[in-house]
Amino acid sequence: MEMMIEVQDLTKYYGPLLAVNRINFEVAAGEIVGFLGPNGAGKTSTLKILAGFLPPTSGIARINGYDCVRQSLEGRRSLGYLPENVAIYPDLTVGQFLKFAAQAKGVEAKDQTGEIRRVIAACGLEEMNGKLVKALSKGFRQRLGLAQALLHQPPVLILDEPTIGLDPSQIVEIRSLIKNLEGSHTVILSTHILPEVSQLCHRVIIINRGQIVASDTPENLARQMGRGAISVTVKGPEAQVTAALQRLPGVGRVESCGEGRFLVEGGNGLDLRPELARLLVQQGFDLLELKTQEFTLEDVFLNLVTEEETEAES
Amino acid sequence: MKTSCGLAALLRKELTIYFASPIFYLTGFFFLVLAGYFFYANTVYYGIVSLQAAQQASDPQVAAQLNPTMMVFRPLFAVLAIILLFLVPLLTMRLLAEEKRSGTAELLFTYPLSDWFIILGKFGAALLVFLIFLAFTVSYSIALGFMTRLDWGALSAGYLGLTLLGAAFLALGLFASSLTENQIIAGVVAFALLLLFWIIGWVQELGAGPLGLAVQYLSLLEHYENFTKGVVTTRDLVYWGSFIFFFLFLTKRQLESRHWRA
Repeated sequence: MEMMIEVQDLTKYYGPLLAVNRINFEVAAGEIVGFLGPNGAGKTSTLKILAGFLPPTSGIARINGYDCVRQSLEGRRSLGYLPENVAIYPDLTVGQFLKFAAQAKGVEAKDQTGEIRRVIAACGLEEMNGKLVKALSKGFRQRLGLAQALLHQPPVLILDEPTIGLDPSQIVEIRSLIKNLEGSHTVILSTHILPEVSQLCHRVIIINRGQIVASDTPENLARQMGRGAISVTVKGPEAQVTAALQRLPGVGRVESCGEGRFLVEGGNGLDLRPELARLLVQQGFDLLELKTQEFTLEDVFLNLVTEEETEAES
Repeated sequence: MKTSCGLAALLRKELTIYFASPIFYLTGFFFLVLAGYFFYANTVYYGIVSLQAAQQASDPQVAAQLNPTMMVFRPLFAVLAIILLFLVPLLTMRLLAEEKRSGTAELLFTYPLSDWFIILGKFGAALLVFLIFLAFTVSYSIALGFMTRLDWGALSAGYLGLTLLGAAFLALGLFASSLTENQIIAGVVAFALLLLFWIIGWVQELGAGPLGLAVQYLSLLEHYENFTKGVVTTRDLVYWGSFIFFFLFLTKRQLESRHWRA
């Protein structure tokens, strides 16, 4: 499959500060990838390098096959970029700015009006067309930033926190807009909002302290973390139930979560649910609930990031 | 053409921003007030001197100097150059510094526009603004042309000189603006550099040695004076052309440095 974004051993120092530490990843055509990480993890630095705005200290970044440093201009032609803090000329009107952006991006003269109208409609800016950028609220400015990124339908979109500053209904609209780009565009977006990633992205790249700590689909990440854990709620004395559960072959660790709920971790990926149910009933306990433990992306994220931190501390 | 479209877009954007800013109106206002005042004062003085000369039948050498080119426009061009020394930094200080400070550079530099386009767009817009100011002063000569016979050739040479001088100042100002995020610093650096190039010709003590000649060749004043007299030489044209290109080139280098200065 064609790789639209390629990053190899990318490293970025700001003076002595290491922001991005030899990261490697690829994004295939049509993929939507979420870039996740705590503040200062190196997300924005990586995206700025991909956009051709910052030079990497070492390593290679390619957009649509073009090197972000040596073939910057060609790379930028394939690119729509929404910066983290989008700054737009305050003295231009929305319409003037979009016209400038369309021309700067090389949209053909005959297509400009239609293309501008398309992004204005997509981002809900119809009523703002004649307004000066400095008179726009934060949310509208963000939408204008997104609108300019979508102009000329670039094959690659780099969106640094696209839904920040938007109201809830706008967030839903913008998310469906991004979702619609699936297949036709390659999107890499960074965000703090975890449900956004599970909704939008095929794949999540979690970055912490400048290094990639995980890269997989949201479902796989959650599954890996759960490792087949099962939550059972049982009516019965805690110690006896724990002992009974522990005796079952294939059970790794049993954790009591209080109020009769136990978390049972299986060792080898076998589905323990039928065995567990049989055992508990045979032993005469009242089985109230039995289900596989679902881990959300939040759990995965916190787990990975805190794991990293404790490792770093030790 | 796609590419020329980008340059036109940049020009239009820069001009829109100029016309939205009070700096444009303020500098234009003061430039025209000062230019108008000096034109008026020179013309009145020329009238008085001519009258005296006619009454006293002065010697032919003085009479040769008594024409509008030498008495009105030459001193006017000289004083306009000094006014530009102060005004040009005000026009150029914003150009690149503000893009960097406000963060708009992040979009500008990630659009598929070459560095030369960005530079020429900004330089071109500033030059157009300056030419607009200059166009207003042409009305003075037209008005005077109704009253007396003017040497339009000499006058055109003077305007050409002023345009080249203005363009050179703007190129230097643009370079100063590329060095910093702070408009004030950009303005001060531009003014200091311009002043340096202006007064470098005063260093006559270096004498006629090779160093003295070299320094004198660099002086702005040296290459401007001929134009005000109505003389256009290739030596001066080459000087102004290289001055403009040199500073635009330095600006390009400065912009490029963002790709390797990690």
